[in-house]
Amino acid sequence: MTAEQIIFYIATGFILVSALMVVTTRNLIHAALWLVATLFGVAVVYATLDASFLAVVQVVVYIGAIAIMFVFAVMLTKRNLLDHVPQTNANWPWAAGIAALVGAGLLYTASQLTTFGAQRPALSGDSLMNLGKALVSPDAFVLPFEAASILLLAALVGAVYLVNKR
Amino acid sequence: MATETLIWLLPLPPLLAFFLIVLFTNKSKTLSHSLAIGAALLSFLGSMLVFARALATPEFGREVFASSINWIPTGDTFLKIGVLIDPLSAIVLFFVAITVLMIFIYSVGYHNYGQPAGDHDRAGLQPHGATVTDESGHKRMVLSVEPMYSRFFAFIGLFAFGMYTLVVSDSLLTLFVGWEIMGLCSYLLIGFWYGKPSARAAAIKAFMTTRVGDVFMLLGIAFLYSATGTLTYREIFTQQTLQALASTPTGIFGLSAAGLIALLLFIGTVGKSAQWPLHIWLPDAMEGPTPVSAMIHAATMVSAGVYTVIRMFPLLTADFTGHGLTATMSVIAFIGTFTAIFAATIALAQRDIKKVLAYSTISQLGFMLAAIGMGAYIAAVFHLVTHAFFKALLFLGSGSVIHGMEHGVFHTGNHHLDPQDMFNMGGLKNKMPITFWTFLIGGFSLAGFPLLTAGFWSKDEILADAFAHGHWAILITLAIAALMTAFYTMRQITLTFLGEPRTKEAEHAQETPWTMTLPLAALAVFAVGFGWLGIPEHFPGLGGLLPNWIHEFVGGTLAERPEVLAFSWIPLLTSLVVALGGLLLGWAVYKNVEAGQPDPLEKPLGFLYPFLQNKWYFDEFYQYFVVQPVIWFSEVFSSQWLDKLVIDGALHFIGRSALAIGDVFRNKFDKPVINEFIGDGTATVFQKAGHELRLLQTGRIQNYMISAVALMIVLGAILIYVLA
Amino acid sequence: MVPLSAYLFLSAVLFSLGLYGALARKNAIAILLGVELMLNAVNINLVSFWRYGETAQMAGQVFAVIVFAVAAAEVAVGLALIINIYRRRNNINADEIDLMKW
Repeated sequence: MTAEQIIFYIATGFILVSALMVVTTRNLIHAALWLVATLFGVAVVYATLDASFLAVVQVVVYIGAIAIMFVFAVMLTKRNLLDHVPQTNANWPWAAGIAALVGAGLLYTASQLTTFGAQRPALSGDSLMNLGKALVSPDAFVLPFEAASILLLAALVGAVYLVNKR
Repeated sequence: MATETLIWLLPLPPLLAFFLIVLFTNKSKTLSHSLAIGAALLSFLGSMLVFARALATPEFGREVFASSINWIPTGDTFLKIGVLIDPLSAIVLFFVAITVLMIFIYSVGYHNYGQPAGDHDRAGLQPHGATVTDESGHKRMVLSVEPMYSRFFAFIGLFAFGMYTLVVSDSLLTLFVGWEIMGLCSYLLIGFWYGKPSARAAAIKAFMTTRVGDVFMLLGIAFLYSATGTLTYREIFTQQTLQALASTPTGIFGLSAAGLIALLLFIGTVGKSAQWPLHIWLPDAMEGPTPVSAMIHAATMVSAGVYTVIRMFPLLTADFTGHGLTATMSVIAFIGTFTAIFAATIALAQRDIKKVLAYSTISQLGFMLAAIGMGAYIAAVFHLVTHAFFKALLFLGSGSVIHGMEHGVFHTGNHHLDPQDMFNMGGLKNKMPITFWTFLIGGFSLAGFPLLTAGFWSKDEILADAFAHGHWAILITLAIAALMTAFYTMRQITLTFLGEPRTKEAEHAQETPWTMTLPLAALAVFAVGFGWLGIPEHFPGLGGLLPNWIHEFVGGTLAERPEVLAFSWIPLLTSLVVALGGLLLGWAVYKNVEAGQPDPLEKPLGFLYPFLQNKWYFDEFYQYFVVQPVIWFSEVFSSQWLDKLVIDGALHFIGRSALAIGDVFRNKFDKPVINEFIGDGTATVFQKAGHELRLLQTGRIQNYMISAVALMIVLGAILIYVLA
Repeated sequence: MVPLSAYLFLSAVLFSLGLYGALARKNAIAILLGVELMLNAVNINLVSFWRYGETAQMAGQVFAVIVFAVAAAEVAVGLALIINIYRRRNNINADEIDLMKW
């Protein structure tokens, strides 16, 4: 096993265990912290995929902002946190069944890939530079990029409006 | 700033002004017009700078200002959006910038800025005047400010944006975008006083009629795109593409692909430039405020139509060998020539000062298209530019006259008098001197007053081209049309300004404010001076004093510079005779018209006069042969016969038989079996089921989500394993 | 060398875990946590397909960046909604937010 494989499998195990904890643990604060762990694992996976920028963004944006926002939200609604009662609703067996079905379908589909993706092609050019160019070049993705920024602004305004005490 | 960047920015200020006025400043009249005029001024300055740089570029034409970026992805290629300034668009940009700015300034005065609000003015109707009390306590009526003042400036801002877009664009796609923006704006502006039913009808008529042309134009664009894969001028006008297009037969009337595309695009122009047979909308468009008329008829929309054909000149002449016109060129030349004389005859018998100008515009555009059809590229461009100047001048001047007459109307209080009827005017020369002199200059330029005016040089050039290439029929027809032009122009000037006032209102007419006269003066300069830039080199006496700049400059647009025509006395004498003869004749016939006297032409022309006055009965023709049949078809055929007789009959039959069958069933089957057994039975079952099933509607989001995902799994499985 | 399918397996399992969380958890915030897991699974897919496909084409990474933006927007609005609901009903059990029933 190469070092890369070792890192990948460790990260995979880490991700799956912490994701399982996210969806099963009773204490919501813990769940949010497990989410942070999962996101770290995913950042490592990005790194193994040579997507260095995304790995950093994953840490900075996802963990630094989104996950922390979850923690805040949990604390703001803490009076309601009763972690001694079951944290799942009455339909959880159905949900588990359906999730298992979806997972099985996805796994099966992924296992059908035999030739494509067996070998990893060499990187062409500086992918960080390419990504930057792709995001702001009118030949590529400047329009979706701008649309995303407008979406963020709209979400910001909407969120402020929603929680504004009237 | 780099010239290309500047060109990109040219259309934007008016658009910005439009949005700012609509969104923010529509409450303030001062802010709104300052914004609009400021925007027009910015675009004007930018255009002049671009034009100056174009002049300073040696070999401009081979060297052009162009830049483009990707716009809309189409699969693996992009539709490009770009700007291009070559000699042709540079010169069009020049006159568009000037006329647009002048029209903007003029609108301030025309809509009575600074006057009090009207007594009972309503949005959507012309201002009716306001009562003011002066120091001594006298009440009098004065003009009142337009109630929708800001809205007007917003619209003309958008209009200017459309025109600038059209001029600077480097492809038919963006040209068409600008074209349609202008179509929309002309609809909005013609129907500006939407409270008047006639204005509403005119707006719809203009929109529908130009739409007919636009559909064909779009077809042409689509055909061009499918044939060449590009809409950019410079990619279409390569030798290779043009030859490929010219040698592709289409099987329609034996036209080549180039010819058919050019013909389709030309039909768009016929609608936009109001050529026969789609000319009917333009005279009705006079329902709009006068600056709109000037904008639509001189500076922008109709010029845009001609500009497009001129732009497509290489395509038009792709299969032109120099001997005998191609089918497409003949069609264009024929329609142009016919329209030129046809509209000129109608203009002879109109009484409304603006309608005369409207028909004269149609006629002059016919001149340009006739020139294009003959392959006289430069003459067409030249006439397009000079016409834009003097016709904008004339329209604005006529607006000024009407304004002055309205003063008189308020003075006398006789609101039944039509302030646009030339037979109610007369003697305005002394009341409105600036308007008179500028109108005279514009009118003489339109008539082609020899040597001095711009109209003479450009019209002479068209006639010279017709002569040099031996198109005798066109030459003679256009000469007669030019004679009529001079005649009705002088008729208009004489009736309006000369002689004695024929009504009290004309006696009390007043000069208009400086915001209206300043644009007149500015345009008058160009209506005279611009012609001197295009004096043929071999012209006796004057030729060579000034270089023939138009020929040098505009000729550079084409791959091969057109050769300089040899000088000949015949077309020159023709233009001299028709211009001077027409002017003299017009003055002689109309100088002594008394109040209440009928048109002196009425007698000698006999039955022709009402025929001309009613515009060859074209509106009636369309009414009887297009509109009425459609209505008849829908009323009589569809409604009476098909609907009432056939369909209703069938339905009644079905209904009756169904009734009979129903009766039987009801008594034999329904009552005993259904009602008692199934009817009440199922109702109970459904009631029960509903009662049970409503529990499924838990209102809990996760339950719904489970069902949704489950369904998705099932559908996905079907898609993958059954269909694939 | 890790093949592409390994990454796809990881993302498949992560996705179904997230789906389970979103469908089964009572607490509204926990539902959003599940959604975050699903989004991350999608992102892994996008990036790994980029890496194993034509790496000069940046569509995969760009889409991942846009998913980030969408996730941030979704969390911001979602949490705002939850806090608003909490203020009104003093409760964020998705089970009991059932005003829409029958």
